[in-house]
Formats: sequence, C-alpha cells, structure tokens
Amino acid sequence: MKRLDWFANPTRFLKLARAVQPWAGWVALAAGVSGLYFALFASPADYQQGESVRIMYVHVPSAWMALFCYTALAAASAVALIWKHPLADLAGKATAPIGAAFTFLALVTGSLWGKPMWGTWWVWDARLTSVLVLLFLYFGYIALNGAFDDPTRGARASAVLALVGFINVPIIKFSVDWWNTLHQPASIIRAGGPAVHSSMLVPLLLMALAFKAYYVWILIIRLRAEIAAGKLRAARLKDAARSGA
Amino acid sequence: MIGAFASWAEFAAMGSYGAFVWGSFGIAATVLAGVWLQSARALKQAEAALAELDDRARNRP
Amino acid sequence: MNRLLAVVRRDLRLSLRQGTDSLMTLVFFVLAVVLFPFGVGPEPNILARIGSGVVWVAALLASMLALEKLFQADFEDGGLELLVLAPIPLEGIVLAKVTAHWLAAGLPLVVISPLLGVFMNLPADVLPVLILALLIGTPALSLIGAIGAGLILGARRGGVLLSLLVLPLFIPVLVFGVSAVEAAAQGLPAKASLLILGGIALGALALSPWAAAAAVRQALE
Repeated sequence: MKRLDWFANPTRFLKLARAVQPWAGWVALAAGVSGLYFALFASPADYQQGESVRIMYVHVPSAWMALFCYTALAAASAVALIWKHPLADLAGKATAPIGAAFTFLALVTGSLWGKPMWGTWWVWDARLTSVLVLLFLYFGYIALNGAFDDPTRGARASAVLALVGFINVPIIKFSVDWWNTLHQPASIIRAGGPAVHSSMLVPLLLMALAFKAYYVWILIIRLRAEIAAGKLRAARLKDAARSGA
Repeated sequence: MIGAFASWAEFAAMGSYGAFVWGSFGIAATVLAGVWLQSARALKQAEAALAELDDRARNRP
Repeated sequence: MNRLLAVVRRDLRLSLRQGTDSLMTLVFFVLAVVLFPFGVGPEPNILARIGSGVVWVAALLASMLALEKLFQADFEDGGLELLVLAPIPLEGIVLAKVTAHWLAAGLPLVVISPLLGVFMNLPADVLPVLILALLIGTPALSLIGAIGAGLILGARRGGVLLSLLVLPLFIPVLVFGVSAVEAAAQGLPAKASLLILGGIALGALALSPWAAAAAVRQALE
C-alpha cells in the first residue's frame, strides 16, 4: 500500500536533512562549550562593567539570532508566496518559534544586564521597544499560522504578515543610530570594523556560531516533524476516504 | 587561578553580579533546552504515528 | 474612477443602513476615554498629563473594532470573489473599501475628539492639534488595519487575532500622534511630529492596498 507523496521531493530533502542534522548538533555543542569556556573563564572583566560584561556573550548572540531568524522567516515567506514551494511554508513555520525564543532571551538577558548597568530593568527607548515589537510579530505569525483549518491558508496568510513586518528589522538595526537611546550604539557590525578587543571578540563569535548551528540543528528537527505530520494528515485523509466509501 | 578568577568562590560571585550573570546564562540554557525538547518530542511522536500507520497499511490484506 | 466611487458609495450605504456598527465604534471610543477619570481619579493635572495618550489609545482600539468587518460580509456571501473578478484592480477596490470604512468609522472619531479632549482636561489650544493629528492618523490606521482584516478572513477567532496582528503595526502612528499633541501641550511646535505622521499615512497609502490585496487573494485561493 503506497503512502500519498504529498511534496515534490521530500525524500531527497529528508536524506540531506538527516545527514546534516548531527553535524549541526556537534558544531553547536563544540562552539558552545568552547565559547562558554572563554566567556566565563578565559576572558577579562570589563574596565567599567566588571564581570557583568559576561552577559554580553549570551545577550548579543541572542539578539543577532532574533534578527537572523526573522530575516530567514521573511525569505522563506517570499519564496512560499512567489514560487509556492511547500518546503518554504514549513521552513517559515519551523523557524518562527526558534526566533521568538531568541528574541525573548535577548530581552530577558538585556534586562538582567541593564539592571546593574543602567539601574533599570526596562526603558522604552527605540532599541528595546522595536525588539519587543519583533517579539509580537513572531507571536502574530505563529498565531495566524495556526488559526485556519486549512494549513496552507494559514501558511500563506502568515507569510504575508512576515513580509509586512520585515520593515521592523532595519528599524531595530539602526534604532541606536537614528534615535537617542539608552542602549549602546553598534560596536561590532559597523563601518570601520569591530570596536571590541579580540579577547572579547573570540567568545562572542564562538557563541554566535554555536547559536547559528543550534538554529540549523533545531530547524532540521522541526522540519522533519512537519513533513512527518503532513504525511500523517494525508494518510489519515486517505484512510477516512477509503473507509467512508 | 581559575581563568580570570582567583577562586571558585569569586567565580560564583562574579564580582557581586552573580545573580545577573548566572541568571542570564541559566535562562538561556533553560529556554534553548526547552525548545530542543519540545522539537524532539514532536518529531518522535509524528514519526511513531507514521510508522504505526505504515504497519497497519502493510498488514492490511 | 466612477467604478471606484461606486464601491465607496455602496459600502457607505451598507454601513449607514446598518448604522449600529459605526455608532458602536463611536460609543466605545467615548466610553474607553471616560473610564479613565474613574480609574485614575478626576484630578485635572493627572488627566491632562495622560490625556493625549488616552485619547489616542482609545482611538486605536476603537478603529480595530470596526476593522474586522471590512471584508467579512463580502467574504461570507461571495461578493468578494465577484469584486476580485471586476475590471478594476483589487488594490483600487481595497482603497475604496478603506475609504468608506474610514468615512463611517474613522471620521466620527475625529469629530468627537475635541469633546473627549475636554473630558481629559486638555488645554483648549491643544484641541485643534488633536483633531488634525487624528485626521491624519485615523486613515493610516484604517489602511494598516486593512492588511490585518484581509489576513484573518476565514480564521477562527478572527477578532482577537486581528488585535494581535495589527496593534504592533499601529505603534508608529500612536507614537507620533501622541508626540504631536504633547508638543502642542508644552507650547512647542507640533509640525515635525505631524509631518512624520503624514509621512507614515502616505507610506500606508502607497503600500497597504497592495499588501491587503495580496492578503485577500490568499484568502480566496
């Protein structure tokens, strides 16, 4: 009895995914462990901020991933809407919760860093506010995706939302330049190169690599689950049709 | 010397910022582990249900 | 152009005939503002301090209530599919529907806003700026909200979902709308904020019909 093949080429994708998945996982682990070693042990405290600067090693990579995931989400949404590729729909759906988690972490670790440094848990400056809006955009995407009985309709509607909300990404990036913010201006990704010493840059980049690899690893797991769920849905529909006939 | 710290006690205290630093790393570890667990469980359940459906289909006369 | 005006007139006639929807939006706006003196106490200084924000937030929430119905009725009875097949571009139809929606639900908010400004103890010379800011801002809200209204067609619990989707997108309008009124309250020129507000409204005018039409097309596929 043949199973309904619901996608164009899910088998080929799954073969590739199963091969890449462990690599991504091991890279995440290796980069994460070495990153944490440097972050917590083998890097200096900051002249002004003392040991609290170590929070930077989770806060900044989380924030980078929050933006990276939304960009990936927007790209997948564009592909889904223009070429109607079903894997693009699933890639978006799988990415959104991961991006939301990183955004949440960026906000929470930022708050934990802000309290000792600025004296406040929260401030409504342009950077923090626009990142909070990013979190709401992720929630909106996830809610819209699941709000329809037809999964394809949900996927396409949330894809439109993702693209509309993409305007927020450059706003976040340049918020510290365009407005007077409490949040400090860019010191890594800026014209003129990073303004951070290598002893701090190394753990930062290692943690960033770890988070990226983690994203790929979890993305593959979630995609495999989505593809399996899709096949399940199709097979059950076929079963129901047969027993109803 | 434990890296940049004079002792384990100092490492834990993080120069009076201990709660903030360990809180941050702790929440990050918890959230990332949580996402992994939820994703892995969803995959296991979906693939198990699919395998069961396959078995039933194969055993059908 | 005549066809677009026909869509505007039809939608207006439908909402005026129904009547209750526009009235409810207006009443909600008034009630939401009036709750605040009960909640924070009637002390005039406090009310004046928060007044511009309160009126604007209430306007946002009231606008959102009316948005759910923008495409709903036509979607349910099949009229939307006919409109899509019409010789006018869907973007134009969206613009026409949004215009009718704003005339029926947004403009009344602008008209009653000075009364609410008085309730919140805003100084008299601030009221014209409040009216102007809402006059520029409420069309922007209708335009941006139309995108959300298109996205939720056929969704379960569409109304609640609409708030989650659309309120974050409203925030820029809110921020600059309030800053215009606040500037006037402090005797500073409100021109800069009003110009930015106008820029946002123009941007919405250019982009929203396109995005909302895309959302409607997805709904009808």
